[in-house]
Amino acid sequence: MLRLNKLTKQYKTGDLALKDVDLEIPNGQVLALIGPSGAGKSTLIRCVNRLVEPTSGTAHLGEVELTSLSQGQLRKVRRRIGMIFQEYALVERLTVMENVLSGRLGYVSFWRSYFRKFPQSDIDEAFRLLERVGLDHMADKRADELSGGQRQRVGICRALIQNPELLLVDEPTASLDPKTSRQIMRLIRELCQERNLSAIINIHDVLLAQMFAERIVGLQLGEIVYDGPPDGMTPDVLTQIYGEEDWEATIEKVEDEDDEDGAVASVAAD
Amino acid sequence: MSISRIWKRPPFIKSPMLRWGIAVGGAIYLALALGTMEINWGRVADGLPRAERFVSAFFPPDFVSKSGDILDGIYESLWMTVVSTVIGIGLSIPVGLGAARNLAPRPVYLFSRGILALSRTFPEIIIALFAVKIFSFGPFAGIIALSVGTVGFYGKLLAEDIEDMDVVQAEAVKSTGASWFQWLNYAIQPQVMPRMIGLAMYRFDINFRESAVVGIVGAGGIGATLLTSFDRYEYDTSAAILLIIIAIVMAVEYSSGYVRKWVQ
Repeated sequence: MLRLNKLTKQYKTGDLALKDVDLEIPNGQVLALIGPSGAGKSTLIRCVNRLVEPTSGTAHLGEVELTSLSQGQLRKVRRRIGMIFQEYALVERLTVMENVLSGRLGYVSFWRSYFRKFPQSDIDEAFRLLERVGLDHMADKRADELSGGQRQRVGICRALIQNPELLLVDEPTASLDPKTSRQIMRLIRELCQERNLSAIINIHDVLLAQMFAERIVGLQLGEIVYDGPPDGMTPDVLTQIYGEEDWEATIEKVEDEDDEDGAVASVAAD
Repeated sequence: MSISRIWKRPPFIKSPMLRWGIAVGGAIYLALALGTMEINWGRVADGLPRAERFVSAFFPPDFVSKSGDILDGIYESLWMTVVSTVIGIGLSIPVGLGAARNLAPRPVYLFSRGILALSRTFPEIIIALFAVKIFSFGPFAGIIALSVGTVGFYGKLLAEDIEDMDVVQAEAVKSTGASWFQWLNYAIQPQVMPRMIGLAMYRFDINFRESAVVGIVGAGGIGATLLTSFDRYEYDTSAAILLIIIAIVMAVEYSSGYVRKWVQ
């Protein structure tokens, strides 16, 4: 369980990105964080694993208080938090396999990682995950040879091989086409269900958020202005989050689950 | 009908006073500089036939009669180049890491930048002069000079390459719980490696050419051989040495092109 208590971040420039954010995410919950650009979505998830240092407030992952950890302790806790990025953030000149295995860096010694001598169990798990997302035949390809959707799947494997309790997902579909976006979101949700993972997914696309998350939190100027189920997203709520606009078209019924088999097959094909 | 609006590309320097001031000032300075340049056409005319004799003395280049000296010089130069490139790059890696603003804490950064600035201030030949005074004549002084030069060159470019890296890739590796050295090895090294290999080849090439220069102040290498041949008016041997230097530099140039393409 992740619990944020009065989390605040003020950047050196004076911008107040987060204002006293309170948020509790039970195990296994997939939460979509929506809000306009600059609302503080990225800052919020980066404050959890302290890629950004919060100014004040606390964050608990289970029993561990995250904001007061030393660098060494922080590294240990970061292993329990997987992160997935907007532009995939794969190390482009490393192979797919190296990228996936880099998720185990927190568990192996420097020299083992330097000589790429990971434990066999890690390598087995890496192949299992790559197989799960249909990319095991690409293991020795360099990451920059992959398409966007493939790269994001490798990014997901890298996060999952950490064996995390929590996934932080930053705009996973922002650079993907609509179909791949859905496949990626569906994959993330399925994997969360399989492993009882909780996830915070920053996302611009309100429709996708409604389709794939069980809870939606709306952030505006660093404050939570909506916290509820996907079907509570009325035009009024959207206006509150994003400002005045004609929202009727955005929140039409979106139940068009294409059959799962077809989706998985196309995942493996592209 | 709408009224046509006039559009012009905004000038690079906004103030017209400053713009024209710089243009006119520059033109006046250039005119004065050209006007005060003294060219003694008599001496130029005298020099031309001398130049002709000088150049013709280069032909045909004589590779044979001093081949022992030439070979020794070339070997020594190559050896100096290899050793100083390896030492210099070895030393510039920690300095370069320290001089990258996004990696090092402030005091380390300033200290490393200080080292780089210092080693870049003096050209190799001046460091060689010092080294010859301290360690006396010979290739060791040359190796010191070239290594110092390599640190200034390679360390600065390494630091700048690290500062230009993609931050998100580095963030991603850091967020897995990697240690600092693992982070360096997985996130930074792959990003800077191809360019740094190319620059290592380039520096090898520079060090070889510089090894010919530092030889002139007594720091060993082919430069010493070259200077001796000039002193003895053996211009045909000098020509042979110059041709060999050109050939080696070109060989390094071509192979570095291949290597760069291959590591990309």
